[in-house]
Amino acid sequence: MQIDYIGSLPLIVIWLALGAIGIVIQAFVRDNTRLVFGYYVATLGLTGLAAIVLSGHKGASFGGMITLGGYANYFDALFCGAGIMALLAARPYLQKEESEVDEFYTMLVSSVAGMMLMAHASNLVVLFVGIELMSISFYVMAGFFRTSTKSVEAALKYFLLGCFATGFLVYGMSLIYGGTGSLAYGDIARTVVTQQLTYPTLFVVGTTLLVIGLSFKIAAFPFHQWAPDVYEGAPTAVTAFMSTAGKAAAFSAFVAVFVALLPAGWTSEIAQNQQIVIAVIAAATMLLGNITAVVQSNVKRMLAYSSVAHAGYMLMGILAGPSLGTDGMNGHHAIVFYATSYLFMQMGAFVVVGILERRDGGFLNIDDYAGLHHRHPVLAALMAVFMFSLAGIPPFAGFFGKYMLFAAAIERGFTWLAIVGVVSSVISAWFYLGLIVKMYFQDAKDSGHEAPAGLAGFTLAVSVVGVVFFGLFPQLLINIFRSW
Amino acid sequence: MLHTYVPFMVMILIGIIFGASNILLAEFLGPKKSTRAKLSTYESGMEPVKSARERFSVKFYLVAMMFILFDIEIIFMYPWAVQFKELGMYGFTAMILFMILLFSGYIYVIKKGALRWD
Amino acid sequence: MNYAALIPLFPLVGFAIIGLFGRRLGSEKVIGSIASLAVLASFVTAVAVFMGLTSMPADARSFTVPVYTWIATGSFSVDIAYQFDQLSILFTLIITGIGFLIHVYSTGYMHGDRSFPRFFAYLNLFVFMMLNLVLASNFLLTFLGWEGVGLASYLLIGFWYDRKFEGSGIVWTGDAAKKAFIVNRIGDFGVLLAMFMLFNAFGTLEYATINAQAGVVLGGQETLVTMITLLLFLGCTGKSAQIPLGVWLPDAMAGPTPVSALIHAATMVTSGIFLIARTNVLFAMSPTTMAVVTGIGITTALIAGTVGLVQNDIKKVLAYSTVSQLGFMFTALGVGAFTAGVFHVMTHAFFKALLFLGSGSVIHGMHEEQDIQKMGGLKKYMPITYKTFLVGTLAISGIPLFSGFFSKDEILWFAWLNGSPILWAVGALAAFCTAFYMWRLTALTFLGKERFDHHHVHPHESPKSMTIPLIILAVLSAVGGLLGIPHVLGHPLHLPNLLEEWLAPIFANGVALLPKHTGDHTALEFTLMAVSVGIGAFGIWLAHSLYKDGTEKARALGARFSAVYKLLWRKYGVDEVYDVLIVSPIVVFSRSFLWKMVDVVLIDGIVNGSARFVASTGNVIRRIQTGVAQHYALIMMVGIIALIAIVTVPMLK
Repeated sequence: MQIDYIGSLPLIVIWLALGAIGIVIQAFVRDNTRLVFGYYVATLGLTGLAAIVLSGHKGASFGGMITLGGYANYFDALFCGAGIMALLAARPYLQKEESEVDEFYTMLVSSVAGMMLMAHASNLVVLFVGIELMSISFYVMAGFFRTSTKSVEAALKYFLLGCFATGFLVYGMSLIYGGTGSLAYGDIARTVVTQQLTYPTLFVVGTTLLVIGLSFKIAAFPFHQWAPDVYEGAPTAVTAFMSTAGKAAAFSAFVAVFVALLPAGWTSEIAQNQQIVIAVIAAATMLLGNITAVVQSNVKRMLAYSSVAHAGYMLMGILAGPSLGTDGMNGHHAIVFYATSYLFMQMGAFVVVGILERRDGGFLNIDDYAGLHHRHPVLAALMAVFMFSLAGIPPFAGFFGKYMLFAAAIERGFTWLAIVGVVSSVISAWFYLGLIVKMYFQDAKDSGHEAPAGLAGFTLAVSVVGVVFFGLFPQLLINIFRSW
Repeated sequence: MLHTYVPFMVMILIGIIFGASNILLAEFLGPKKSTRAKLSTYESGMEPVKSARERFSVKFYLVAMMFILFDIEIIFMYPWAVQFKELGMYGFTAMILFMILLFSGYIYVIKKGALRWD
Repeated sequence: MNYAALIPLFPLVGFAIIGLFGRRLGSEKVIGSIASLAVLASFVTAVAVFMGLTSMPADARSFTVPVYTWIATGSFSVDIAYQFDQLSILFTLIITGIGFLIHVYSTGYMHGDRSFPRFFAYLNLFVFMMLNLVLASNFLLTFLGWEGVGLASYLLIGFWYDRKFEGSGIVWTGDAAKKAFIVNRIGDFGVLLAMFMLFNAFGTLEYATINAQAGVVLGGQETLVTMITLLLFLGCTGKSAQIPLGVWLPDAMAGPTPVSALIHAATMVTSGIFLIARTNVLFAMSPTTMAVVTGIGITTALIAGTVGLVQNDIKKVLAYSTVSQLGFMFTALGVGAFTAGVFHVMTHAFFKALLFLGSGSVIHGMHEEQDIQKMGGLKKYMPITYKTFLVGTLAISGIPLFSGFFSKDEILWFAWLNGSPILWAVGALAAFCTAFYMWRLTALTFLGKERFDHHHVHPHESPKSMTIPLIILAVLSAVGGLLGIPHVLGHPLHLPNLLEEWLAPIFANGVALLPKHTGDHTALEFTLMAVSVGIGAFGIWLAHSLYKDGTEKARALGARFSAVYKLLWRKYGVDEVYDVLIVSPIVVFSRSFLWKMVDVVLIDGIVNGSARFVASTGNVIRRIQTGVAQHYALIMMVGIIALIAIVTVPMLK
C-alpha cells in the first residue's frame, strides 16, 4: 500500500482536525460556539491552503484509491472556500434564529470532507463514502431547526429520497463491478477501452444507474423533486451551502466518473444511448427548472428551482465531454468554470435572503422585496448583481459560464440543446430580472426591518467580488484549467 | 452462464413453496374454535393492563444507535485480525487510526452525556 | 510607454471616488479638485505620450497597450487594449485638455447646486467613456465607449431632472434626455450590425487588422463595403446629430451649459467623425458611401445653419451652429479630405467650447435667462465674457487668422476640388449663415440697448474659475488654426501644415484609394478664399446692421418675408415633418395596429401568451410537486425505468 503523505495532506488535515481533534474539543468545551466556529474556520482555511499549495503535486495515494493534485485540489480549495463562506454566513444567521449549536459547524465541515473525497476519488467505493459523508451531513443540517416542522419535513424527505437514490447508486456501482470486474476508475476505463467487458449490458445498466444516483445529487429532472422542498424548508444558511457546494461536488464526481466510464468520450457505440439520456435529462431540467421558477412566490423556492435549472446547464458540459474544442477548452472545463461562478452567485443570493429573513420566518415572499433598494440599498444592489449574473448577463461570471457551456454544446453538434438552453435562459431572465424590478421599481409595502449582515457581509463581499472578478478575468480560471 | 444460478432458483422456489404451503395448510386443516381465552393477547400469560402504544424515551434509541455504531467496530476488526500478518504494519497503522477516530467519538458521546440515563 | 494606459484610468478613479463617496467628501472644493485633477492627470499623461510619439519615426508612430484579454476562446477574442497613434492621441488631447478646462469652469458654474457631486461623477464618467471610445484598439471597446458616452450624455442632459424644458414635443429635461438616448439607439443599431458584418468578414474586430486587410478581404465586394460603411455612418448620424437623426441635439441643451460645451459641442458629437477617420480605408473603398456622407453633411450644414438664423435661445443658436459645423466636417470626410475634417474637429472644439462656456457665463450672469431678445448691452457688465465670445464668433465666422478660417476654408476648397463648384457654393452659403447668426447672437447679447429688466436682473461678470478657461480657450481659438496652415498660404511663407504631416500616415491608405486631383490651383484657391472671407464679412456686416439696435429692423424684415421666416422659425417644419411622417404614423400605427392588434392580440397572444403558457405550464408542473415524498419516489422510479429502457432497448436488437 502506497501512501503519498505530502500529497494527501489536505485530506489528512481535514480528517484529523475533524475526526480526532475537533470532536474531542467539542466534547470538553461546553457552549463555546465561538471557539468551535473559529477552530473550523481555521481548519478549512488550512486545508484549502494545503490544497492550493499542493495543486501541482499530482499522483495517486492510498493504494490508488485517491487521485491527487490539479483538478481534485482545485475543488478542495473551492469547497474549503465555500465552507468558510458558509460558516461566516451561518453564524449570524443561527444567532438570529437563536439556534446556534456548535455541532452545526461540525456537520458543515464534515460535509466539506465528504465533498473533497468525492473530488479525489478514483475508486467507486471512495466516491460512495464521500457522497454518503456529504449527504448524511446535509440531512442533519437540513433538519437543524428541529422545532420547525418545515425544517424537519425537509430533512426527512431529503433523507428518505436520498436513501432511495443511494440505493440505485450503489446498485449501479455493483453492476459496473459485475461488468468490468473492478471498482477503480483506471481499471474500468482500461476494460472499456480494450473492449473486455464481460457483460456489456450489466455495465450499461450500471452506468445508467450511477448517472441516476448522481443526477439525484445534482437535482436533475426527474430526480429533482426533493430540491425545492428541501431548499425551502432547510435553514437558509444550509440551503446556501448545499445548493452550491453540494452541487459543485456532485459535478466534480460526475466529471471524474465520466472520464472513467467513457474513456473514449462519446464516440464509442455504448455511449451513444447514454448521450441521449443525458441530453434529454439536461433539456428537461433546464426547461422545467426555469418554467416552474416563474410561478413561484417564495424567494427560496424560486432560487431552488433556478438551481435545478442550473444543473441542467452544467449537464451540457458533460455532454460536450472531454474532447478539446477549437478553443482548447472542453465541456468539463466549462462545467468547472460554471460551478465556480455558480457557487459565488447562488450562495450570494441565498445569503442575502438569509440576512433579510425575519426571525419568525417572514420576509421570504418575492413581494416582500418590493422597494428593497430604499431600505437596504447595499443588499438590493448585491442581489441585483447576483440576479444579473444568474440570468447570464455580461460582464458577470454567469455570462461566461453559460457562454462556455453553450459554445461547448454547439461545437459537439448539440445545437438543439443550446437552443433549449438559450430559450430557458430567456425564461429565467423573467424571474431574475423580475426580482430586480420588484426591488428597484416598486414601492415598499411596509417600513421594513433591521437586517444586519454581520459576518455574512464578508461572504457577500467575497461572492460579489468573485462574480465580478471572474466575469472580468475569466482567463485566469481558464489558464488554471489548461494546466491540468 | 446463467445455469450456475439454477440451484439458487431452485432454492428460492423451494423456500416460497415451503412457506406458502405451511401457512395455507394451517389455514385449511386447523380447527377454528375461538374462545375468550384464545382471543386474549397472551393466551396463557398475564392479562395486559394498558395500551401497548407507548412512547419510549429517546434514550433507548440513542443507546441502541451507539451500540450498533460501536458494534460495527468489531466487524471491521474481525477481517483485519484474520489477515493480520499479511496486512502487516500498514494494516496495523490503519486500524490504530481507525480506533483513535472511534475513540474520540466515544469520548464525545460520554462527555455529551448521551449514555447518561437520568 | 505602457503608462499610456493610465490615461483612461484617472477619470475612472475620479468617477469611482466621487460616485461612491461624493456626499462624504463634503466641500465642493474637494470634489471639484478631484474631478478636475483626474482629467488634468490624463491630459498630462497624454502630453507625455504625445511627446513620445513625436520622437518616433513618422511611420512608426503607433503602439498598442494591451490592458488585458477579456475573453480568448479560440476564434473569438476580446482584448481590452488601447491604441495610441496620431489620430487617437489628437482626440485624447482635445478631450482631456478641453475637458479639464470645462471641469474647472464647472466648479464655478455648478457652485451651490445640490447635486454637485453627482454632476462631477457623471462628468468624469463621460471623460472615461470618451477616452475608451477614441483609444480603443478594436470596435468592441469603441462600442463600449460609444454606448458609455451615450449613457453619460443621457444622465447629464437629464441632470436637472425636475426642471421644465421647452422643446419640440418635450416638457421635462428628462424627455430631452430620453429623446437623445432613443434617437442614438437607432444609430447604435447600425454600428452593431456593421460590427457583426465586419467580424463575419475579418474574424476580428481589431482596427489594425481590419485597416490592413480591408483591401484583401473586401476587395471587389463593393456592395458589402457600402452596406457596412452606411451602417456605420448611420451610427455617426445619430451620435453626431446629422440628418436624419440630428433632432436630438437642440433638445439636449436641456443639460447644464458645461455639458453642452463638453459633450454636445467639443467631444462626443465628433465621435462620428472619429469613427469614419478610424475606418477611412473602408469608407474610401465605397464611393457610394462617400457620396452619401458628403450629401448628408452639406445638407445638414445648410439646413441647420439657416434654422440657426432665427433662433432666440442663446444655447439653441449654438446647438444649430454645432449641427451645421458637424455637417461641414462630414462634408470634408465625404470628399476625402480627412485631415481637413479632423482639423475642423479640433478648431471647432476650441471655439465652440468657448462659445458655449461664454453663453453659460451670460446665462449665469443673467440669472438663468436664455432669451437673447431680453439681453443686449452686456459688453459693459461682462467685459471678459464679451471679448472671449467675440474671439469665438470671429473664429467660427472664418475671419482670417482665426482658427476657423483655416479649417473651414480648407473644407470649402476640397469641396470644390474633390467635389464640385455646387458643393462649394452650398458650403459657402452655409458659411454665410454661420457668420450671420453668430454675429446676430453677439450683437443681440452684448451690443446695443439693454433690453432686460433692471429691477430683477443685475448682470455681473462670472468668477475667475469660469473666466480663466474662457481666456485660455479664446487664445486657442485665435491661434489654433496655425497648426494646419493650408499649403497655398504656408508654402510661400515656408510654414508647414503640421497637422497634415502628423495625420498623413493614418489616412495614407484611405487617400490612396481615392481619385487624385493634381495640378496648380493656386490662383483659384486664393480667389475662393477671398470670396469665402468676403461672404463671412458680408454676413457679419449684414447681421450687424440689422441687429445692432435690437430686433426691430429684423422683425420688420421678418414680417416682409414672413413665409421664409416662418419656415425657418419652424425649422423647416422638420419637427412637424417628423411628426407627420414618422411620429404620427408611428403613434397612429402603434395605437391602432401595434397596440390594438399586434400588442393586444399578437403580443398578448405570443409574448404574454407564451408568458401565460410558461406560467400555466409552471402551474401544471407545480401540481406534480405534491410535497408527498412517496409521490416523488414514484416519479423517480418511473424516471429510472424509462431511462434504463432508453439505454437497454436498443442493445437488445
